[in-house]
This record gives sequence, structure tokens and C-alpha cells, in this order.
Amino acid sequence: MAANIYPKYQSDGSRLGNLLEWFDVRFPLTSLWRAHLSEYYAPKNFNFWYFFGSIALVVLVIQIVSGIFLTMNYKPDGTLNAAGIPVAFASVEYITREVFGGWFIRNMHSTGASAFFIVVYLHMFRGMLYGSYRKPRELIWIFGVMIFLCLMAAGFMGYLLPWGQMSYWGAQVILNLFSAIPLVGEDLSIFARGDFVVSDATLNRFFAFHVIAVPLVLIGLVVAHVLALHETGSNNPDGVEIKKFKDDKGVPLDGVPFHPYYTIGHDLPAITIFLFFFFVVFFWPEGGGYFLEANNFLPADSMKTPNHIAPVWYFTPFYSMLRAMVWNFFWIPAKLWGVVAMGGGVVILAFLPWLDRSPAKSIRYRGPIFKTLLAIFVVGFLILGFLGAQVPEYCFFGLSWLPGAVIAQIFTVYYFLFFVTMPYWSKIDKCKPVPERVTFK
Amino acid sequence: MKTRVIKFLKRLSIVALAVPALALASEAHFEAAPVSTDPSSLQNGAKLFINYCLNCHGASMVRYNQLQKIGLDEKTIAENLLFTGEKVGDMMTVSLNREDAEAWFGTAPPDLSVIARAKGADYLYAYLRGFYKVKTEARATGWNNVAFPSVGMPHVLWDLQGVQTATETEEHGVKTLKLSDAKGGALSVADYDKAVGDIVSFMVWMAEPNAGTRKTIGIFVLIFLAVFYVFTHKLGKNYWKDIH
Repeated sequence: MAANIYPKYQSDGSRLGNLLEWFDVRFPLTSLWRAHLSEYYAPKNFNFWYFFGSIALVVLVIQIVSGIFLTMNYKPDGTLNAAGIPVAFASVEYITREVFGGWFIRNMHSTGASAFFIVVYLHMFRGMLYGSYRKPRELIWIFGVMIFLCLMAAGFMGYLLPWGQMSYWGAQVILNLFSAIPLVGEDLSIFARGDFVVSDATLNRFFAFHVIAVPLVLIGLVVAHVLALHETGSNNPDGVEIKKFKDDKGVPLDGVPFHPYYTIGHDLPAITIFLFFFFVVFFWPEGGGYFLEANNFLPADSMKTPNHIAPVWYFTPFYSMLRAMVWNFFWIPAKLWGVVAMGGGVVILAFLPWLDRSPAKSIRYRGPIFKTLLAIFVVGFLILGFLGAQVPEYCFFGLSWLPGAVIAQIFTVYYFLFFVTMPYWSKIDKCKPVPERVTFK
Repeated sequence: MKTRVIKFLKRLSIVALAVPALALASEAHFEAAPVSTDPSSLQNGAKLFINYCLNCHGASMVRYNQLQKIGLDEKTIAENLLFTGEKVGDMMTVSLNREDAEAWFGTAPPDLSVIARAKGADYLYAYLRGFYKVKTEARATGWNNVAFPSVGMPHVLWDLQGVQTATETEEHGVKTLKLSDAKGGALSVADYDKAVGDIVSFMVWMAEPNAGTRKTIGIFVLIFLAVFYVFTHKLGKNYWKDIH
């Protein structure tokens, strides 16, 4: 933080001025403001892809605030009440039915979870479009991947809390995966659950992790993500460094102060997203069965396994990768390969800064190989996501020669090949010359 | 460049929209239930639900006085809908012992508070109209159901609907059950369908009693955001006009 380069605030003699001066001597208030808002210079040529970062921050605030209010009435208790309903399940219904405005808070939180992933997936895709992970922004990207992992942990554990059938069996399936790890797997899986099956003990620890442990780490990582960004400065749709050309005061020629240009400028897309968000909250909270799954309105029952267990939509691409592994290679069982593929699918993202060897950062100046492979990558990822929500026997259009399982395997292999072979094809791709300065209409 | 990105996005969104559409094509479909939010339907549904369903099923997350939201006052609720000494502030619980129920039906009758959100109105409508008579050697209760084969529950509304029988037809190797017209019920086929429609409407309401409030407030929220958007747009344009 370059906070100490700014002079301290000098009072103009007014009462408010004196107070601010008193404060500024004891706390880097004005210098923080200047370093991160009024004198943080962001490229003037941002397009809409650049708004998802700040929107993700807004969604984080929505999740934390709505989460606090949910905690006031939610009870992490898996035992049955007098009517035979698990207390946790009944407490969620109590919130939506009897707590004043509870339905609103609950819909905000459940929609917020899906919104978070939509926004973060778009934010990450922006990084891939414009090479935002490239030198010198590798750390920002790595913090970002860690944030994504935290979000997945928060989403997975939070999804158990309503204690519906999908909550219960989804957690059961995923926690069983630990047992694929050789030697310690079985014990590890019991250690994670705190029981031999998902039970009240699991619910209580997931509640603790979801409500405090994961959010604490998440906030720390978000701060690190933003601080690292403000150290290097933002990338932009042209993928050029605006710090190369500065005026005599050291201000980048193609930069504008973040405040007020982007605090106001970002409001517009934020409101657009809000329109979608609140449309869902008020008119479509189930999101067609993807945001709130129908089966999750049935209370968890350890004796009744649902016919079809699917994770929530935001995990389905990685769940597809897990299911795609059906062969025992090299004496390693398929289940373990599945776990490796699912985990590896996320972790491999962290290596992107070193896998990409293209001379140009932005898709604007990159060649046809990148554009083609990226387009297939996106389509493949969406198809993996779709297939992860279907039964393993699913066939496209009901055609037996278009089996979903095989297509999932093809795109899983493609997903990994895309990254592993990137050092080669990114180097030989025909890039266009990159301009010195940003293009701005 | 901008147009190219937009073109790319359009193509992307077509793919994104087409994918869930494929999923919808593969789901089993029931005839659409005539779900109504009309108070008279809901009140009739409440009456039927409490008289017929609530003897075995609980709706333990619904409070009797919530029925004020469908236009009944506390006095009406207390006089007409409470039978075993409950108070209007009580939950719609059932006194049936869960272990007895399991012994009698093979499973305890599920709580129906949120069942409409789990199973969908169309399923409930098909289910309540789908009971048919079978020999007691086939099903101990003497009843089976087209929407829920081998169901444990007997046809509770049979005095209203009468008795249906099913005949199996086979076409291109696909077996389907065809129900006969019901005979001997207190209601005509059309009146029975209307009564079941009312019960289902009530169950949809009961699964989310605040859905009406939710939509009313939602309209104002979206209007506010639209207006806010216009002002922010103007303000933003004003700030950015000096940047070239």
C-alpha cells in the first residue's frame, strides 16, 4: 500500500476539518481514500466485462447481511420435532412463513448464492478473454482461484443447512468421495462427517464453517485480491499497460480516477444486474428448479435415497468431470481418478499465468487458434454443466447414439487438454500487433 | 470490436438457453392443474383440505390464523375449521401417532406444508384424480393410483368422486393405464375436478403463503430500479463527458 506517499490532511480551521485532521494524524484515512478510490487510476476503456468484479463484491455484502439475519432464526438441528419434521428444515420454513420479511431475506440469500457463481464465472471468463492473469497480475489471479475455492466450500456447506433431501444426499455423495483416497480415505470421510453417515453432527460443523470460518477466509482473500490489484493496476480490454505512459504528475494518460468515474460508471451495470437479481428474488425464486431444487422442499430422510442426486447447478461442470472417470488406470480406481479430475479441474486454473505464452494478452489481438479453442472450451464447459445435472444415462434428444456420458468424457478430456497444451498453441498462434496505448472511441 | 463481442455473446446465450430447454423436453408431464388465487377457491380448498387431508397428514408449518390471508376471519376459522379443541394460533398438526401410521400404511403420511413446492401442482392434481379400484389381494387398501403406482394411501375423496377403474392398453409396446369415468360419487366429474383444483390451489398457497405479497412488492422494486437506472445513466454520462 502506497499510503504513506500522501501528505496528511491539513484542516481549513472549520470544526469538521479539525476533526478530520485529528483523525488523519491517527489513522491513514485520507491516504487510503486517495490510494484506493480518488487517485487509483483505472483504464478509461473498460467494457461491461469489467463490472463483474465490483458486482461480486456487492453480492458478497448481500450474502453476509442476509446471512446474519437468517442466522437469527435458523436452527442447525437435524433431530425431528413433534410433527416428525427435522428442526433445521422447519426453521427455514418458519423464516419464510412467520418471520417478518423472512421470505425476502431467504430468497435474497438463496438467489445470492446462484448470483455469486454467475457473476464469478463471468468475472473469471473476463480474465481469460483479456489475459488479466498475465504478468504482473499472477497473484491477483491466484487469490481469485482461492476465492473461487472458498465460494465452492461456502456453497457446498451452505446447501446442507436447509436439510432437505438434496441437501442431505448431495452432501452424502460428496463426503463419500473422501473415501476414494487410499489408506486414510475412509477415516478422513468419517472425520469430515463426524459420524458414519451425514447427521446432526455434520450439520452443526457445516453451519460453523459456513457462517464463520469460510467467510472469514473469504473476506481476507478478497482484501488480498483487491490490494494486489491496486498494486499492479487494472488490466483492460486491450491488454496494454496504462502505466507506461504517464503525464508529468505521474498520472497514467489513459487512466481515470476510480472515484467518481467508475463508482458512478459501475452503478449502471450494477443496477442492470439488480433488475435481474430482484426479478428472481420476487418472481422466480426457484429459478426453474435450478436455484431452489424441488426435491429440497422434502425434509432430509436418511432412509429414502432419491432416484437422482444432482448437485446445485454451479457445481455441475466439475461433477461431470468426476463422473466422467469410469476406468481404473494404473491400478488407481476410477473413483479416485474422478476425485482428482474434479479437484484438478479447479486447481489447474491457478497455473494459467504460466501456461499462456501468447505475445498478446487480449483476445482483440490474439489469433484464430485461441479464439477457436476458447469457443469450444466455453461450449464444452456449458455442456459439462448441463450434463452434471442429468442422470448418467442421459442421451441428447433421447438419441442413443448421443450418450451424455461419452460426450462428458470428451469434453472433460478437452478441458484438461486445453490447459495442458496451451504453452504450445498459445506460442504459435498468429497474433495481431498490439497497440502502445488503449483504444477509446 | 464491440459488435464482435456482442455477436459472440449472442451466440453464447443461444447455447446457454438451448441447454436447459433440452432438459425440459425429457421430463414427464401431467395435465396442467387449474391453480387459482381466487379467495373463494382457496377457502373451499382449505375447507376440503382440513376435512379430508388433515386427519392423517399434518401441515405442521402452517398456522390456522394464517388463513386470514385467504380472507377468513379468526371467528370463521374457529367456528368452522377447528374440530378437536385447537386454538386459531395453533399449527395444523395431526394427532395420528406416527408409529401407528407406519404400521397401517407402510409409511407415515408426509407433512403437506410445502409439498406443492416439492411435487408441483400438476402432480397433485393428477394424483388426487388418479385413484382407481383394485382387488384387495393386489393392494391391501383396495386402491391404486396412476400418478403414484403402489401408493400406500387409500382414496380418501371417494365419496365425492366415486369409483374409477383402470384398463391397461398397449400401443407400440408402451403400456398406459386408462381410467374409466367415476361412478357413484356425490359430485359430477366436472364438479370433482373443480373441488380437486381448489384443494390443489390451497396447497399451492399453503406452500408459500407470502407469494402474493412477494409479487406485489416485487413490482414496486423493479419500477424503482428502472427509475433509478435512468437517473444514474444521466449522472454517469455527465461525469464521463470530459473523457476523450
